[in-house]
Amino acid sequence: MFKNIVSLVATAMVLGAFGATVANADVLSDIKKKGVLVVGTKADYRPFGYLDPSGKIVGLEPDLAADVAKRLGVKLELVPVVASNRIQFLQQGKIDLMIATTSDTPERRKIVDFIDPNYYGSGTNVLAPKSAKLASWADLKSKKVCLIQGAFYNKELQEKYGVEGVAFPGTAEAYAALRNGNCVAFAYDDTAIVGEMLKPEWSAYEMPLDTILFVPWGIATKQGEKDLVDFMAKTSVDWHKTGFIQQLEKKWGVKATKFGQDMNAKYK
Amino acid sequence: MESFWDWFRALYNATGINLPIFYDAFDRRRFISGFLMTIKLSAICIIASVLIGIVGAWLQGSRLRVTRNLVHWYIQFFRNTPPLVQIYFFYFGIGSLLSVTNPAGTVVPLVSNVMWAIVSLSFFAGAFNVEIFRSGIEAVPKTTIEAAESLGFSRMRAYLFIVLPLAFRICLPGLNNNLVNLVKTTTLAYAIAVPEMLYVSSQIWSDALNVPEMMNVLLVAYFLLVGSLVWVMHRWERAIRVPGFGT
Repeated sequence: MFKNIVSLVATAMVLGAFGATVANADVLSDIKKKGVLVVGTKADYRPFGYLDPSGKIVGLEPDLAADVAKRLGVKLELVPVVASNRIQFLQQGKIDLMIATTSDTPERRKIVDFIDPNYYGSGTNVLAPKSAKLASWADLKSKKVCLIQGAFYNKELQEKYGVEGVAFPGTAEAYAALRNGNCVAFAYDDTAIVGEMLKPEWSAYEMPLDTILFVPWGIATKQGEKDLVDFMAKTSVDWHKTGFIQQLEKKWGVKATKFGQDMNAKYK
Repeated sequence: MESFWDWFRALYNATGINLPIFYDAFDRRRFISGFLMTIKLSAICIIASVLIGIVGAWLQGSRLRVTRNLVHWYIQFFRNTPPLVQIYFFYFGIGSLLSVTNPAGTVVPLVSNVMWAIVSLSFFAGAFNVEIFRSGIEAVPKTTIEAAESLGFSRMRAYLFIVLPLAFRICLPGLNNNLVNLVKTTTLAYAIAVPEMLYVSSQIWSDALNVPEMMNVLLVAYFLLVGSLVWVMHRWERAIRVPGFGT
């Protein structure tokens, strides 16, 4: 009797597992049907995506996401992501769109679809105390450098420049480690470092090196979503044409980048 | 040797199963160093936590109330808080207070992150070990201890030569449980960037975007590591068994 019950339950579970693989309709029509656009953005990268005092996610990228939702005529839902889980969330369908300061690299293009034209760009630089007197990337050889887990430049910095990487899951831990002296510098996007250095607690720190590895940022969707990619490509061209991104730069106090100005001129 | 590693590159091109820890020299080196770091953390923490357990169980039976309370509060603190919170507390909390200025003029922390991970995990497992050893010690019959006293053993010599060997054999299964838990808990050190196996795998799968393959490799690696520890402990259990005592 007991053996019969157990085998019945096991068969039901196996059949249930087969049935659970639902046929995926495409994401764009799902968004319109649900009436909600779920976008993954950063919540620890001032001013592109961060938490305001009330706990809401605000910033330049949430504003871009709100514009996309407005164009689609749906509500917006923001999900905070970090570098080590954003692509996985996109692949699993937890988010429909990813606008999370993601660098557009060929390895990532194998896994997800990026929207052309790119909406922004940044290079890699370090935040270091002025007392460390760093002058070039060669000075960092065999020194401890704080990194963020999941960043695309980690492997190149460790392999080519010989740094001893100390990678943390989030920026808060990395900044704390830099302040405690656990690493001699923190390698991150130059846009983020410039934003962070505006805070008074970093007055003894500087961004001394040349920016390397300039890579444009990309908005990403799950692979194979042709309708969503086409819609976002049109949106991105429109952003550059109307100078929407430059307006947001002014609103959030971001220094205007040459990349943005070039794209603006190209699509006018 | 190169042709052996190249077979995995061919596997990737043919089936899409991406295992750069085999065909890429840089990833191979750092995965092996991560594996060795996990073994090093586990070994040092096992030895330290067992020593803490023995000393703590000894102090619990002390006549002075101060020492008994000290051990009681130590156990309460390290059992009632999550190990990850303890690691953060030691590394970011206490670590920021213990800084020295080196000759170059920069401020560096006194204790490295590997040291903090060892300290935190040893104290965490040590608290459980004290209770495990106490259970073994209390299982030794009172009559045996009285017999030792009547033969002229001092309290410490009775503890070392009579009580501890018997207690150890009784509590060994429980101790094995805790040591297995300790080996798996070493993965928490990745939160303070200790380059153990989970941290290194997380770096590799961020670069190569091969999360499923690395997850499976991690599962197999930890299964083998913990499995060999359990096998060794079982052999030891059988070897030191006292015939007629207990099971």
